[in-house]
Amino acid sequence: MSLNLDPNLVDPDGFYQALLDAHEGLDAAQSAEFNARLIFVLANQIGDPELLAQALEAAK
Amino acid sequence: MTMQDRYPIAFQLYPYQRSADQDAKAPVTHPVVVVGGGPIGLATALDLGLKGHPVLALDDHEGVGQGSRAICFVRRTLEIAHRLGAGAEMLAKGIVWQKGRVFHDSDEIFEFDLLPEDGHRCPAFINLSQIHFKKFLVEAIERANADCAKIEIRGKNRVDAIDPGKDETVVDISTPDGSYQIKANWLIACDGARSPIRDMMGLGFDGRVFEDNFLMADVKMTADFLTERWFWFEPWFKSGSSALLHKQPDDIWRIDFQLGWDIDREKELKEENVRNRVDQMLGGKVEYELDWCSIYTFQCRRMEKFCHGRVLFAGDSAHQVSPFGARGANSGIQDPENLAWKLDLALRGHAPETLLHSYDEERLAAADENILNSTRSTDFLTPKFEASKKLRDAVLTLAARHRFARPLVNSGRLSVPCVYDSLSGFGPDAIVTPKRTRPDAPATDAPLADGYLLDKLGGGFTVIGFGTSIPSAQNIEGLHVAGLTIDEISPETRERYLGDEASAVYLIRPDQYVVARWAEYDKGKIASAIRQAIGKDNKCP
Repeated sequence: MSLNLDPNLVDPDGFYQALLDAHEGLDAAQSAEFNARLIFVLANQIGDPELLAQALEAAK
Repeated sequence: MTMQDRYPIAFQLYPYQRSADQDAKAPVTHPVVVVGGGPIGLATALDLGLKGHPVLALDDHEGVGQGSRAICFVRRTLEIAHRLGAGAEMLAKGIVWQKGRVFHDSDEIFEFDLLPEDGHRCPAFINLSQIHFKKFLVEAIERANADCAKIEIRGKNRVDAIDPGKDETVVDISTPDGSYQIKANWLIACDGARSPIRDMMGLGFDGRVFEDNFLMADVKMTADFLTERWFWFEPWFKSGSSALLHKQPDDIWRIDFQLGWDIDREKELKEENVRNRVDQMLGGKVEYELDWCSIYTFQCRRMEKFCHGRVLFAGDSAHQVSPFGARGANSGIQDPENLAWKLDLALRGHAPETLLHSYDEERLAAADENILNSTRSTDFLTPKFEASKKLRDAVLTLAARHRFARPLVNSGRLSVPCVYDSLSGFGPDAIVTPKRTRPDAPATDAPLADGYLLDKLGGGFTVIGFGTSIPSAQNIEGLHVAGLTIDEISPETRERYLGDEASAVYLIRPDQYVVARWAEYDKGKIASAIRQAIGKDNKCP
C-alpha cells in the first residue's frame, strides 16, 4: 500500500479553518506543542509503518 | 445649489433633468423607489420594470463612475443578465477565461483549468469592467422603456432623509435645483456598502475588518500574456505579499498587490510608487498606462436582516465581502433576482406581503455562505498570526510537490449561486436525483433541439415536462403558469434533469430556482407546491 498523495480531504476549506481555530490564541511554543500532539494522533490513525515512513519522506 | 460628485464619471448616462415631481404641490407617491444606480439598483429597477411596475431609481451621480471595481462575472450573473435583456452585449464585450496559475515566490505551484461544462448558453466566467456591466444595464433599461416599461432613472438626485411609515416612506431628495419630497410605497436601498439609507435608519452592519490593504490598479498595455488568472503568494518581484494579474477587455489588465496593514495610503497611491510596483512585476520592459488605481481594506459583514417593513436592502448595502472569489457583484445581483418576483406578486395582490420574509431567509443564507468563503480566502491570504502563517506556507510548499495539498491553497473560491437547502417554500422532491437540480437549487442550463433551456423560461412560474406533455399555459392560484414540454432529450438534459427516470416534471420559480419535481404531471400537486412557494401555505405563524 502506498501513501495517498492525491486530494482526499472531504472539506479542505473547513479543515483548514478548524486547524486555524485550534491555533487561535496560542503562542509560538504552544502552537508547536499542539502540532506535535496532532501528529501523533494522526499517525496513530494511519498505523501502518510503511505509510508512516512515506509520510515522513513526503513532508521533508 | 451645486452637488459635488463623490467620484469622476466615466460615462454620463442619465444627466439631471428637472422632474414634474419637483413642482408638485404635494409629494407624489411612487409604488417602487430604488435608491442607488449601481449594478444592483439598476438590475432591481429593470427586473421590476419588465414585470410591468413603474419604477423610479435615484442616483446621486449622472452615470457610471470611473474605476472598474468588479471585473469577474460568473455564469449565474450572465444568465440573469440574459433574462433581463443585457446578456448578449456582456458576452460580446467580456473576456472568457478558464485557466489560472498559482505561484509561490518564483515557482509555479500548479495550474488549473476550470474545464467549463458544455451545453450552457453562458460561459463559466467573463472578465468585464463594472463600467461596462452597468452601461449595458442602462441600455437594456432604455430598450425596455421603448417597449412600454416605465423605468425612470433620475441623475443627481440624492436622498438626504427618509421617514419610513407602515405603508409608505417619505423621501427627501436634493438636486442641483434644490430639494423636494416624494413618497415610496416600497423603497429598495441599493446604495452600496456605506449605505446612507442604512445609517438614516440607524441599522447596524457588523462583521470583521481584515487588517490589510490591497492596491488595485488597472493598467492599459498591449501585452501577450495569456488570458489566465495569475496569482502569486510572496512573489519574487516583491511588489506585495501577494499579487494578481488578470485580463479585462480593451487591453486593460487588473493588477492587485497586497500591501500590509501599516501603510501610508497617500504615498502608496502616488503614481511613481504604483509604477515602481508594476515595473517590478512586469520587469520594467513593458510600456503601459495607469488607467485607475485605488487602495482597499476588506470587510466581511452583513445586516441582521434585509427587510425592514417596506424598506428593503439589496447588494453591498445589505452584505459585504472581500473580493477574493468575485462574490460581491455576483452575489449582489442575485438579490434583486430573488426579490423582484416576490415584490411583483405582493404588489399585484397575488401573494401575501409575508412572502418577502423568504427574501430575508434565502438571501441571509446566501450572504452567510459568501461571507464564510470569502473569510476563509482572506484568512489564507493574510495569515493573522505566526502559526497560521506557518500552516499557510506549509500548504504552499507541499502543493508544489504533492497534488493532495492543492485544494487547500485558497486564493479565492469563485462565486456559485447559493442552494437554499432546508429552507421553507421548496419541495417535494419526488425523484431525488440528479442532485444538482434538486428543489432549493437554481435550474441548470441545458441544450435543447432549438436553443437553451433557460432562454425558454419566462418571467413567471414554469412547469417543465421532460419526456412528458405539459399544458402550455394555465392559471393556478391566479398566476399565469407557463408549460414547457421537452421531447427531445439531449445527453446533457438527461444527466442534469432526468437521471434514470423515464420522465420528470419540474416546477421552476420566476428566479429560475427549482421549487419541486415529480416523475409525472399532476396539476393538484403543482398547485400545492406553488401555494407553498408564494407563501400562501405558510404553516408557521
